[in-house]
Amino acid sequence: MRATLAFLTGAALALGSIAPATAAEIVIGAQCDRTGPTQTVGTNLCPGFNDYIKLINSKGGVMGHTIRADEVDNEYKVPPAVESYERYKKEGAVTVSVYGTPQVYALTQKLTEDRIPGTSPGFGKAAAADGTKYPYIFPIAATYWSQAAAAVKYAKDQMGGLKGKKIAYIFYDNPAGREPLPVLEELQKLEGFEMRTFAVPPPGVEMGAQVLDIAQRYRADFVISHLFGRSPSVAIKELKRVGFPLKKVIGFVWGAAEADVEAAGGYGVAEGYSALEFAGVGEDYPVLKEIKEMYKKEGKPEPKEMKESVYYNRGVFLAAIHVEAIRNALKAKPDGKITGADTKAGFEKIKNFTLGGLVPPIEITPTDHEGGGLVQVWQVSGGKWVKRTDWFRAYPEVVAKVIKEAK
Amino acid sequence: MIHRESGLLKTSYQADMALYPLPIARWSVAVILVLAFLVLPLVLSEYYLSIINLVSVAIVGALGLNILVGYTGQVSIGHGAFMSVGAYTAANLAVRLGAPFWVSLPLGGLMAAAVGAVVGIPSLRIKGLYLAIATLAGQLIIEWTINHVTWISGGVQASIEVPRPSLFGIQISSQRGMYFFLLAFVVLAIVGVMNLMRTRVGRAFVAIRDQDIAAEIIGINIFRYKLLAFAISSFYAGVTGVLYTYYLGIANYEQYQITTSIDYLAMIIIGGLGSVQGAVFGAIFVTLLPIVIRTSMETFGGLLFSSGALLNIIPNLRLIVFGLLIIVFLIVEPEGLNRLWRNIRSYFRVWPFAY
Repeated sequence: MRATLAFLTGAALALGSIAPATAAEIVIGAQCDRTGPTQTVGTNLCPGFNDYIKLINSKGGVMGHTIRADEVDNEYKVPPAVESYERYKKEGAVTVSVYGTPQVYALTQKLTEDRIPGTSPGFGKAAAADGTKYPYIFPIAATYWSQAAAAVKYAKDQMGGLKGKKIAYIFYDNPAGREPLPVLEELQKLEGFEMRTFAVPPPGVEMGAQVLDIAQRYRADFVISHLFGRSPSVAIKELKRVGFPLKKVIGFVWGAAEADVEAAGGYGVAEGYSALEFAGVGEDYPVLKEIKEMYKKEGKPEPKEMKESVYYNRGVFLAAIHVEAIRNALKAKPDGKITGADTKAGFEKIKNFTLGGLVPPIEITPTDHEGGGLVQVWQVSGGKWVKRTDWFRAYPEVVAKVIKEAK
Repeated sequence: MIHRESGLLKTSYQADMALYPLPIARWSVAVILVLAFLVLPLVLSEYYLSIINLVSVAIVGALGLNILVGYTGQVSIGHGAFMSVGAYTAANLAVRLGAPFWVSLPLGGLMAAAVGAVVGIPSLRIKGLYLAIATLAGQLIIEWTINHVTWISGGVQASIEVPRPSLFGIQISSQRGMYFFLLAFVVLAIVGVMNLMRTRVGRAFVAIRDQDIAAEIIGINIFRYKLLAFAISSFYAGVTGVLYTYYLGIANYEQYQITTSIDYLAMIIIGGLGSVQGAVFGAIFVTLLPIVIRTSMETFGGLLFSSGALLNIIPNLRLIVFGLLIIVFLIVEPEGLNRLWRNIRSYFRVWPFAY
């Protein structure tokens, strides 16, 4: 019992000692997911985020201000996301990097009320691309709607036309998985292809029946796959097993990493599988070289997460766009006393932001918070991911129509 | 020392049946109320209030589950889904009909109660683990339905944005406002359960838990009371869902999945089955523990690890420590935190003459 009391006292003390932010520091709230169902993403994305912040600080910060990324792991659960958001607010964070679709939904109203911009790269709420409806939510990268359009465009290019073709859409059966449906249905009308949907129930590791259905009963001409976590690798493995040509499969951005290929049984198995990317793959980008230099100067080995370049690079991109928004905000207010509203304006001034080719030329405006929605297609070929297309966006008018109709 | 019954003579039935027969208990309840309603909201910052708000929501849910599991002895792994029923009912009412919260909240609860009673029907025939699986089916069916029926879920995204609750024309949007809003319901919920357990219905629940055949022989309609237990418990769950919806401003079924049901079961088991205090302790413990572990790691972890490694270690260590602490608590006191609290109390009751 005495031990219990001691523990409770210790706990109370610990709770009381969260360090307050110092004046010159600018805080970014960085939600993350190193544990939980999508930890394969978070364990590589979050180090990328932190390394870029570290790089910026090693170069003297943004206009003399140090940036601090306050990372909190939310385990892909909503209550910790809400709790850590309040903590960011208390620390005076000027932007929040929200992680996960349910979390984006849960925080949308709070972010808007508190006037703190939040980013949701490649997560849900595609309708948030409309900055007039969701002024404080920034998808900043291709939403599921743009991804769906791009996937259809890629299928069209591969098959030389879609008229009368059969497309199978295999998706994780949750709101994020179903989000692309309105765009796919519009495109179906426009391009005149046939489409059937195949839902994979959570946790998404059992899809033998669906895959068999796609390959042998429906006999799809092309497969668009929108899966998360462990399930992309299962899809690759299963499609391979039933003999479906992987060249005719395209995955969305969360089924596009090295880890997915490795979990599917290696590059030999996944040969031909292609996927969409909203940030570049590989280590051949100037910003990554700078990070390596920084580690070399410190006399440390470069972080092993860098090898998982898909998610690591996205983390770098995510941090960089937050920093860019802060830089724009500081330019407008050199005294350094910026608020969330200032960084929101900062986000909306981002133009021709390419990070040395790591990301597409992003331009965010008060009406377009998606920044263009450009993607690249990369394909597994000869033991690595190989770039197949340049940055492109597909069917912008269809996507714009769906955004407009969204409630 | 001061908490003892000697010299306290009850001269009326009313005094004997009072919720708090001892003056000290009445005083401490008054002090807690003053603390909760006046001192805490003035002293604490919005951040800490937001944590308390999460705890408040959890308390209502844990109390409800405790009625079913702790008092009536029926297991349910479907409470997450019952919460979502309440949440979506209220959200639809609020958005489509513009219903204020004092309409949508009870209706959300009632809808959850109706669904809960239906899911509870198998409890008449099956018990224990088998019933757990039956309620698990309820959880999955409700999840699937909300996920796929757009008429309920408001579109493929399955989420409905709800306006903030307002009372007398004032919109409650700050954490401080929410604190009072939620606290009022916590008090109502606690008073509700305490009184329920003193009624004929509550006694019937306990009788069913202790030995259902015996209960039937002394004239308790088992079918009726088991379903009633499911209904009341689901009503609480539904209200929890509504509160959570108003707190976040959005109804989204992904917040009410199986893990949520399990979390609530963990709360009442750690807190102590079959007691109001236990449910409250459990809700506080399970909600706060991850936060406490994280902040203490952030404060003291720097002494042991580099900052880069620390970021990787904290979330994983949090899971490990969380699991370990639950095991330790259950070994030290299988009857939960409530029993621990009673032990402390009875120790001080005879203090300093502990023999």
